[in-house]
Amino acid sequence: MEGFEPFPGGAAIRLGESEAGILRGLADQLLDLLSSRGEHVEDPIAAIFATAPSEPPEDPVLARLFPDAYDAGDDAREQSAEFRRFTENDLRTRKRDDARALMADVDALGPGGGVLSLDAEDSRHWLGALNDLRLALATRLGIATEDDADELYELPPDDERVPVVIVYSWLNMLQDTLVETMTP
Amino acid sequence: MIILPRLGGAGAPAEATDAATGEAAAPDLPWATIVHNDPVNLMSYVSYVFRSYFGYTESMAEKLMLDVHHKGRAVVSSGSREEMERDVHAMHGYGLWATMRQD
Repeated sequence: MEGFEPFPGGAAIRLGESEAGILRGLADQLLDLLSSRGEHVEDPIAAIFATAPSEPPEDPVLARLFPDAYDAGDDAREQSAEFRRFTENDLRTRKRDDARALMADVDALGPGGGVLSLDAEDSRHWLGALNDLRLALATRLGIATEDDADELYELPPDDERVPVVIVYSWLNMLQDTLVETMTP
Repeated sequence: MIILPRLGGAGAPAEATDAATGEAAAPDLPWATIVHNDPVNLMSYVSYVFRSYFGYTESMAEKLMLDVHHKGRAVVSSGSREEMERDVHAMHGYGLWATMRQD
């Protein structure tokens, strides 16, 4: 497994077939979740534009991606609800754009993977998508504290969470190496 | 040179007014954007966000990132309520856990 390397005007990475498949699958799942806001809807596209939500999402991953903005004072709940009505749809659109961009770039590699090069804008989409995927996996793994994260690296080999932990660590490495190419 | 965020820029006159009138929280008190520590966001990424969004220098961004990491949270910007809503919205866009409150 290789990380991102600096490339003229951006970053580059070699992705194997299975690596490309994992990234695509994760981005696809995230898109589904973002589209439905974790709720069952008949028409997910219409649902996105139908309502401007005021309550935090019930799904824990979405609750982490769209946290409350106000946490102090008697009016915090009301103020958070108003903030959410004006911001959450925009935020969700941007996160979907990031995940879609990642999927399109992976798809462009074709079957078997290959070397992917990203320009500055691609890199920003990837950085956002990788971070959302990491937050999503961490939430599903129950990482709430730094101790939780440390314990995951001491799981017995037959624990069902091990494959997810491996993917999570890989995404950490991808994001860390990508940030490095973007930091002068 | 380290550029400090505008912490409590309007604080002094507002406090003086408070003392004089005995009124609670004046409406023009500055608001602050607070970034909270979480076990997921990478330190390199948090520094990157502070540099690219706020335009902080490398050393300033690093200091704020370490404050978040070691103290559990840090004030990363302050200003009007509208400005802080914009900053919190941006931080959420980057996936950081941010909230705002009146100082």
